[in-house]
Amino acid sequence: MSTERSSNRRVVLDVKGLRIHYETPKGDVIAVADIDLTLEEGETLGLVGESGCGKSTAAMGILQLVQPPGRIVNGQVVLDGEDVLELSNDDLRRLRWTKMSLIPQGAMNSLNPVMRVKDQIADAIRTHEGRASKAQRGERILGLLRMVGLPSRVSNMYPHELSGGMKQRVCIAMAIALNPTVIIADESTSALDVVVQRVVAQTLIKVKDTLGVSMIMIGHDMGLMAQLVDRIAVMYAGNIVETAPVDTMFKEPLHPYSQLLIESIPTLKERKPLKITEGITHDPRDPPPGCIFQLRCPYVMDRCRSVRPPMRELKPRHTVACHLYDQTEGG
Amino acid sequence: MTKQKAGESSMSEQLLEIRDVTKTYGRKKNEVVALQDFNLSIAKHPATITTVAGESGSGKTTLAKLILGFESLSSGQILFEGQDLSDVNHKQRKAYRRNVQAVFQDPYAVFNPFYRVEHVFHVIMRAFRLADDKPARRKLIEDALNVVGLRGEDVLRKYPHQLSGGQRQRIMMARAYMIRPKLIVADEPVSMVDASLRAAILDVMLRLRDEMEISFIYITHDLSTAYQIGDQIYILYQGATAESGATTEVIDHPKHPYVQLLVDSVPAPDPGQRWDTDIELPSEDELDGFDTSGCRFYPRCPHRMEHCLTHRPPLYVTDQREHLASCFLYDDELLAEVRRETTGAEGQS
Repeated sequence: MSTERSSNRRVVLDVKGLRIHYETPKGDVIAVADIDLTLEEGETLGLVGESGCGKSTAAMGILQLVQPPGRIVNGQVVLDGEDVLELSNDDLRRLRWTKMSLIPQGAMNSLNPVMRVKDQIADAIRTHEGRASKAQRGERILGLLRMVGLPSRVSNMYPHELSGGMKQRVCIAMAIALNPTVIIADESTSALDVVVQRVVAQTLIKVKDTLGVSMIMIGHDMGLMAQLVDRIAVMYAGNIVETAPVDTMFKEPLHPYSQLLIESIPTLKERKPLKITEGITHDPRDPPPGCIFQLRCPYVMDRCRSVRPPMRELKPRHTVACHLYDQTEGG
Repeated sequence: MTKQKAGESSMSEQLLEIRDVTKTYGRKKNEVVALQDFNLSIAKHPATITTVAGESGSGKTTLAKLILGFESLSSGQILFEGQDLSDVNHKQRKAYRRNVQAVFQDPYAVFNPFYRVEHVFHVIMRAFRLADDKPARRKLIEDALNVVGLRGEDVLRKYPHQLSGGQRQRIMMARAYMIRPKLIVADEPVSMVDASLRAAILDVMLRLRDEMEISFIYITHDLSTAYQIGDQIYILYQGATAESGATTEVIDHPKHPYVQLLVDSVPAPDPGQRWDTDIELPSEDELDGFDTSGCRFYPRCPHRMEHCLTHRPPLYVTDQREHLASCFLYDDELLAEVRRETTGAEGQS
């Protein structure tokens, strides 16, 4: 698996200024604040951040699946040259599964408990491709199950007969059934035991490489990200604060929050002193002017309290939003 | 029954001793063994953090429930300071409840959302009659909060939803500490707390151990936090100890094939060091069809022998005296015999 990829591949997904609010009686919560994101052909992008940072909401925004009280305030999601946010509902339905598919959070609970595995997969195929002969479709479903490493008899089973890891792999099989361009995997291994998690994660990557699809992996486990993705985007309180190739992110993270995330990963290599920080955050309805991370930042300066740091590309493919690097730009 | 060396030291030196404890749920056909012939002991001094690790369904939460007295034993004994818990009077039971405190996984569920944070302290003060007047109560709470790095004025008058998961979990630690217990059973205390805030809770555990002489049973599925703070470790597989010993020793040099697989599957946070081998899980058929009288790990074990199918491995001492593994690979006599047989009866089967 190569981690360093050239940057002149075709961009398949381009998210620009995506902003999503959740309505509450006391004002809107800014869940996703004008994020920009690109995904290249065949690339796996990790979107990481802690609970409540808006990573799942951002994914739902990309898929046009934001549910009230959430709403997309503005932004563009360009998939293969088409702005998803401009599409009609019918066009969106056509696009889901065929161009963009989701492996949802807790995918194991998203299967229909009263449908056999083969019928659930067939359902998705039939909706999009119309009738095909039963034999043909059956063959195709078995092929999909084989690809995710499941024995063929699984197709006749009900979800409750499967283990968590197997259900997760059925969801992967469904997500790839119609050869999408982009797969979004939302915490797709986080409820599994480590050994099973590893099997599922490896299945995901193998399938992705075989089909050449692009993938956004959403998660909070930095160890898993190190194993699986090509590039990482770090999210904090609705904002993307840094993006970099995975090697760079682990070796020299630039944003103080990324640094904190990397430093607080416990390892099995050495016992290291615990890195303790306070968890004070702002009211999500009313973010402070200036930098979003100012309340927790160990290097906070006056400028951070009034001016929001813009996202800048400091090195090729390495962007960060932090005033610490103002000078290096020669500005 | 097991070859494990039974408590060599006298009872009075042990804080907690769990002896051959078995817990089954259901009966007859539906019987499920949640924990089988489990042994564990924690010395009185010095205070230690003992990790009990395992995947879901391995019996680790059952163990916590048994220690806390939420469930009764099917067989075996639990002794606290030499006293068998099945044979205590009301007063002793209350003393035990004071000496052994619990911190649970979900810092969101343990608070009643309608009460302010101070309520959790007041309830326990009343239950154990901790202080006589208001200033004394206030001081006790304040001291406890300071130990976990919080201040009363910042948190006590707030409602639970106004605090982060990390803060709530530290408040639960403070609450447990306020009673000055000898042992805290912490069941997955950091698994629902964000990574950058976990350290603060782990640090509280270390400080309570070192400064306040409070021992912990740290129940977790996460080997990496155990590696950072744990003293001894017991790794469970399907209700029985697969391996136990000093944490760094067990994780640096795992002996049991399951533990080796487990340690190898923890994702290394280093993109330069990725998994290079594929692993396979056994099919359900294989798991269903196997005889439960043998080693539980048999269907998945890369080193399985015929003997393992019909015999249950006891805990063997490996290269270090305190490092035990429940695997026939560490039975030298058996291995020698197997070798003799295979050379003697070549081509027979």
